[in-house]
Amino acid sequence: MNSFTFKGGIHPYEGKKLTMDKPVETYLPKGEMVYPLIQHIGAPAKPLVKKGDSVLAGQKIAEAAGFVSANIHSSVSGTVKGIEPRLTVGGNKVDSIIIESDGKQESVEYQGNDKALDELSSEEILDRIREAGIVGMGGAGFPTHVKLSPKNKDSIDTILVNGSECEPYLTSDYRRMIEEPEKIIEGLRLVLCLFPNASGLIAVENNKPKAIETLKDKIKDTERIQVHVLKTKYPQGAERQLIYANTKRYINSSMLPADARCIVLNIDTVIAVYEAVRLGIPLIDRVVTVTGDAIANPQNYKVLLGTNIQELIDAAGGYRNGEPEKIISGGPMMGKALFSTNTPVVKGSSAILCMQEDQVSASKPSPCIRCGRCVAVCPGRVIPSKLATLAERGKLDEFVKQDGMECCECGCCSYICPAKRHLTQTIAATRKAILASRKK
Amino acid sequence: MNEWKMISSSPHVRHEDSTSSIMLDVLIALLPASIIGVNNFGFPAFLLILICIAACVGTEWLFQYLTKRTITIGDFSAVVTGLLLALNLPPSLPWWMAVLGSVFAILVVKQLFGGIGQNFMNPALAARCFLLLSFSKAMTTFSYDAVTTATPLALLKSGESVDVFRMFMGSTAGTIGETSAAALLIGGIYLIVKRVIDIRIPLAYIGSFSVCILLYSLIGRGEIDLTFLAAHLCGGGLMLGAIFMATDYVTSPITPKGRLIYGVILGILTFVLRSPWNPTLAAEGVSYSILCGNLLVPIIERFTVPKSFGKGAEKLE
Repeated sequence: MNSFTFKGGIHPYEGKKLTMDKPVETYLPKGEMVYPLIQHIGAPAKPLVKKGDSVLAGQKIAEAAGFVSANIHSSVSGTVKGIEPRLTVGGNKVDSIIIESDGKQESVEYQGNDKALDELSSEEILDRIREAGIVGMGGAGFPTHVKLSPKNKDSIDTILVNGSECEPYLTSDYRRMIEEPEKIIEGLRLVLCLFPNASGLIAVENNKPKAIETLKDKIKDTERIQVHVLKTKYPQGAERQLIYANTKRYINSSMLPADARCIVLNIDTVIAVYEAVRLGIPLIDRVVTVTGDAIANPQNYKVLLGTNIQELIDAAGGYRNGEPEKIISGGPMMGKALFSTNTPVVKGSSAILCMQEDQVSASKPSPCIRCGRCVAVCPGRVIPSKLATLAERGKLDEFVKQDGMECCECGCCSYICPAKRHLTQTIAATRKAILASRKK
Repeated sequence: MNEWKMISSSPHVRHEDSTSSIMLDVLIALLPASIIGVNNFGFPAFLLILICIAACVGTEWLFQYLTKRTITIGDFSAVVTGLLLALNLPPSLPWWMAVLGSVFAILVVKQLFGGIGQNFMNPALAARCFLLLSFSKAMTTFSYDAVTTATPLALLKSGESVDVFRMFMGSTAGTIGETSAAALLIGGIYLIVKRVIDIRIPLAYIGSFSVCILLYSLIGRGEIDLTFLAAHLCGGGLMLGAIFMATDYVTSPITPKGRLIYGVILGILTFVLRSPWNPTLAAEGVSYSILCGNLLVPIIERFTVPKSFGKGAEKLE
């Protein structure tokens, strides 16, 4: 049953053994909490609190500024210390609400909802999702209520829950699939209420047999939901490749999944939907894998958003064998290298990866030998070596003509290049520049 | 301290293969053919291999030293060129001709066009053809067991019979590395298993050439002559060319479809050059075909650009 896959891709060292058998532990933060007002695509949220206010856990502290934006809630009870620019994982400073926790975790009264599925209206579900500030938790941070309100609502036929977790080292989705399968299934059933003609697919790579078994067992008596077993390969979970693997439909960079009658949701996101709609709990926590060969006790943590990353690293026993050379927020393929660990966990943080050695700085780029490996692995089916050369020479028109904008920046070409060229990096930088100039 | 200096954009991991590890793999794959060559032709063959490698590496180092460029002999690509050139030379070739060929390969064909990755022709093959044109007598005098003799392919051409098994094993006259199809195939399998070369090129090359030969024997003599085919496959450096020369990264297409087309073109060209309509050049069909193919690579690539993922996809309402 390995028919669900795509062409290209790579098999990097998985590193999942470090944490895949470690049950999720809840971590309660000690220090101050930081809530950046940008944790999503779209306009920054507008603060609703000011310095000196006391807040409760689950209280809305910033509200969405426009349709494509998201609310932000406090994850602790305590006092607002101020609103000031703070460093985020992206490396830039973003206005953030700082809250001093009182350690009591007093929360607002959550309004649950246990109506039967057919009594819930679409508005009710979408309202609760919007109110809870849910965004895509795979990293992109697209507001979920927007994603769930496509124009062609009735023609959507597939809701894909992305359980592929193809990034090396990450095990947070895996643990949630094993530990909280009911929440995933109930969350998916709630989403299916919005799309009367759709069926739900939970897509899992075949290197997670336990998760597949658990989910299959739990959906036995559930209508409209199936589990798809995907071939283990990076980037199986990339949106376009995932849609193709499961439905054989193509979308390109100028299309949305809805154009292929699909909606793609992350595991964490679906659970957040469940918690928001059924329990009335806004998005205030997530599961983060703290791992890597430089971490003393690699672990999966349920973490309150706003928790300091250094604190989490210390909770995992700190470093082993001295300071790591590189710390990454996310996985090694698409994660962001951290300039400082004094940054908060946000809605899109899936992992903290600490590596003893940085493989990138250990190798020096040399001339392309035209081996064609980048072409063979590129899931976007472009010619990375050529695009990078065009980008280096500033030939932007030709770059666009050669489908440079179709690159999804998955990193396969840089990974495989024997000449160690920074292909993805060069292409990504040029794409960013072109996109920015288009916006003007 | 919680600030880090190692900042770079993703991805943060790299595959262990590097340019030098790939070149080492090619050298390993050439070992069986080199050993058979030295075993067949003795110490002169061994010496010629050493001379070519030393001259290639030396030329690259000297050029880069004099022009104050980064020294790249550590990537072993010059070693590969030297070994490939030696395997393409008759064992009796005077040493200074081999040196001249090596200098031509590295200096003229490789470095003057920008070094590794920039040459538009296979350096070893270009040097072989340069030597053929300059010293055609020395380059086409072959001997086996100290007896000067024609190569099997030349014998085949003049209508004489050949021993296909001996050709397969390599106990015939020829250049140092071309005689044993068996040794070359072992090297080829190693490269394919290690994913150093793409099977498309040798497959399309040998496949299209075989089809041409079979059609030729079918039309010409009314029968499918498999012995004739086997002799053609084992002789004239076809295996050496198809496995090690045509698959040279720099001078072959990088697109998957382009590689198939390139292989087919080489097969047809080799057949045409070896066919009776061409009375000369019997043994050099492979070399000239690949050099011609090298020149066609930019055009082939241009017309075989893969369709990007989702290009032309239609929005479903």
